[in-house]
Amino acid sequence: MAAFSLKINGTQHEINVDPTTPMLWVLRDHLHMVGTKYGCGIAQCGACTIHLGDNAVRSCQLPVSSVGDQEITTIEGLSENGDHPVQKAWLEVDVPQCGYCQAGQIMTASALLKKNPNPSDTEIENAMNGNICRCGTYTRIRKAIKMAANTNQNS
Amino acid sequence: MTLVKTKIGRRSFIRTSALAGGGMMVGFSWLASCKMTPEEVNSLPKEWFDINGFLKIGDNGLVTIMSPNPEIGQNVKTAMPMIVADELDVDWKNVIVEQAPLNLDVFQRQLAGGSQSIRAGWEGLRMAGATARKMLRQAAAKAWEVPLEEVTTSNGTLYHKASNKSAGYGEMASAAVGVASPNDPPENIEVPEEVELKDINDFTIIGTDRLNVDGPKIVTGKPLFGIDVQEEGMLTAMIVHPEAFGQTFKSMDAESIKSMPGIIDVFPVDVYPEGVEKQWSDGGGIPQLVAIVGESTWQCMQAKKALKVEWESPSNLESTESYEDDLAKLLDAPAKEPARSDGDFNKAIKGAAKVIERTYSAPFLAHNTMEPMNFFANVTADKAEVKGPIQTPEFLEKTLSSVLGLPIDKIDVGMTRMGGGFGRRLYGHFGVEAAVISKKVQAPIKLVYTREDDMTQGTYRPAYKVRFKAGLDKDNNLIAWSVKGVGTNDDLVFENRFPAGAVDNYLAEKTSLQTKITTGAWRAPRSNFMAGAEQSFMDEVAELAGKDPIEFRLELFDRAIKDPVGPPEKNDYDPERYAGVLKLVKEKANWDGLDNGKARGVSAYYCHNSYVAQVLDLTMDGNKPMVEKVVCAVDCGIVINPISAKNQIEGGIIDGIGHATYSQMTFENGVPQQQNFDSYHLIRNSEAPKQIESYFVDNGIDPTGLGEPSLPPVIGALANAMYKATGKRVYNQPFILEKEIVG
Ligand code: FES
Ligand code: FES
Repeated sequence: MAAFSLKINGTQHEINVDPTTPMLWVLRDHLHMVGTKYGCGIAQCGACTIHLGDNAVRSCQLPVSSVGDQEITTIEGLSENGDHPVQKAWLEVDVPQCGYCQAGQIMTASALLKKNPNPSDTEIENAMNGNICRCGTYTRIRKAIKMAANTNQNS
Repeated sequence: MTLVKTKIGRRSFIRTSALAGGGMMVGFSWLASCKMTPEEVNSLPKEWFDINGFLKIGDNGLVTIMSPNPEIGQNVKTAMPMIVADELDVDWKNVIVEQAPLNLDVFQRQLAGGSQSIRAGWEGLRMAGATARKMLRQAAAKAWEVPLEEVTTSNGTLYHKASNKSAGYGEMASAAVGVASPNDPPENIEVPEEVELKDINDFTIIGTDRLNVDGPKIVTGKPLFGIDVQEEGMLTAMIVHPEAFGQTFKSMDAESIKSMPGIIDVFPVDVYPEGVEKQWSDGGGIPQLVAIVGESTWQCMQAKKALKVEWESPSNLESTESYEDDLAKLLDAPAKEPARSDGDFNKAIKGAAKVIERTYSAPFLAHNTMEPMNFFANVTADKAEVKGPIQTPEFLEKTLSSVLGLPIDKIDVGMTRMGGGFGRRLYGHFGVEAAVISKKVQAPIKLVYTREDDMTQGTYRPAYKVRFKAGLDKDNNLIAWSVKGVGTNDDLVFENRFPAGAVDNYLAEKTSLQTKITTGAWRAPRSNFMAGAEQSFMDEVAELAGKDPIEFRLELFDRAIKDPVGPPEKNDYDPERYAGVLKLVKEKANWDGLDNGKARGVSAYYCHNSYVAQVLDLTMDGNKPMVEKVVCAVDCGIVINPISAKNQIEGGIIDGIGHATYSQMTFENGVPQQQNFDSYHLIRNSEAPKQIESYFVDNGIDPTGLGEPSLPPVIGALANAMYKATGKRVYNQPFILEKEIVG
């Protein structure tokens, strides 16, 4: 057990856990922030995607001890009122089916758009390939990302 | 307008709040209640009035509609309340949707499976809305002392035009349930014996795009799923199961993990002890397990890795090679009774001018719902509370009653939103496991499977082989058709489906192979393989006949319409509707006109009471099909929610293409060789079609299922297009492994 102070969604959290614990389980079990999902535990499905600084990372492979003072953003903190352009586009396109993968998809998509505000089709597919959607919402995911990219540019 | 008796689900119209002596402030469901915005709180009514089991109306006109069936991503939680709301005649903006609890006194068939929620619920849902509307009208007629016939409604308001009176539903709700009747003494409004249902042309909500009611919670990461459940004092439980199918528990070294941090208990579990009365839904999973209970998931995962368990192995563990051989032998062996025989197939095939025979195969598949199996349970001496992702809550409740020795009314089964179903959560053994573990440790627990546990515990889509044989006469007419199917624990063939009824000499045979590797229903059971095989074969037969594949199929449907073989009621499809989707897709895909340089394939299939035809365009990247576009025509009767219906269709198409191209479960000595997504290839974003277009036949027929029917045929369209691109036919799934397809 070791003590960690983590900045998550703008708030400082103090926790005492085994240093090998992945951020995924710190969030879900210890901080009860369950928007970040478990899908594979081996960085293959993207369900657990969060932002570390500006980067989309798989929290199932991120030991709490490696976070340090880097800022973490989770789906719960992506926007104050659920109105990030990517979230809005996701709703308008009606992307989710079961919805389980979608927090991870949204976190990957929002990190992509931050770095590349106007991605090409291929860039979108490449960036999103690490996020599995078992329900097969891929065509809508691409459409929503394009919509969010356009809103960003027009605003 | 149709007049119907309210007999269906009559018990759901017995009002309860009147007994309580007033409107009840009924809390939001446990999951939804955690965080409400101030606007949400402000807009809540002071009182709710239960009109019937399906809905309650607030004094401010807000309506809560219960969605009775489990939600697995098929979006019934939006569609079912839409049907109620349309008949009730309210503004969808003023509707709040809640997941109903399991209550078979009020609701029927609270099950997600077979794409039947909407079809089976249609009438009852309409009646629930229509009955409530009539009771509100009755209340208004009484209050205003005017004839019932003169009271009309529009968008949540009651009107009496002649006297220029109007009132919102919220104002009349209390009178409608008889708790605040304006008459003295208070008088109950009768539950109507008969109600009018809307003319389908008067629908204002059904047939319009309505966004997923859980959408805002999904995109902001609110707790919705079983795996998100958090309760006071809750512990985490995990399982360890045998490595190979057929093994049983021998011994373990519990001490090796008991001292690990956070570990509370470890013990073997017999999920279904002797004498337990099992339900059909208890087929899946592995009944002998080891349970680990701890404080947190990560601690349990560490202990799981460290625990040493010995399993007893039988001598004959199964491998992919062995069941492949056994299935092939079974296919070659003479079948017993044919499942269906019309004319004389053997004689006709002997006299045929051209004969063609082909064999197709497909591997076991895991369901791989994105949310792994999990369940919450809190079992005490006299009651059990369980909740989680379950497609069959009614049957889980019955099994728990037998396993725990508790009466049904002491068992509370809650339904959470599910991170995918695909048939996997029809088999509720994980709910039983959770309850047994909770009982043993005398604490509330949440059982969570790791991905590896989830992928390797069986209940798979069976492995299949099917052989078709067809004969053409000298004028290239199809005169003989046979189908013989084999599967693991499943006999595959639907003998009364097309082309039965369209061919004079028809023979269907089927048989199954028992395996230790367990199997279960997987999205569009049997159809998920049969459609692709049959429609690939149909394409080859059309080619042999020198005919256009769509024309060839249409000729057969024409035969089934005009001069069906055998009694037409025996055929479980309607050839006109079948032909209808094919004609629609032909037009929409510009089948005759377009030459876009892409290879095209066509396919059509009927399952789960709906008809689907598809045209698929692709190019090949090595042996990998890159699907450019799928045009899909669907006849599922009335479409409740088009935006969501299209989502289901798109999902089914991507799912079908993905599994047929990439996915398989293989075994060595009973051990699954794919254990996580590094070795089990699920289709990914860049591998999905670039574009999918869906079109619906508009025929006003009562609605049928949509969760499954778009998946089966697309595999045929894919295989046929791959042939066009490469000149080589594909017969064995996953197609990516078929060596000779690179043309
Ligand atoms: S759970 Fe982290 S990538 Fe799958
Ligand atoms: S919406 Fe179900 S896994 Fe993506």
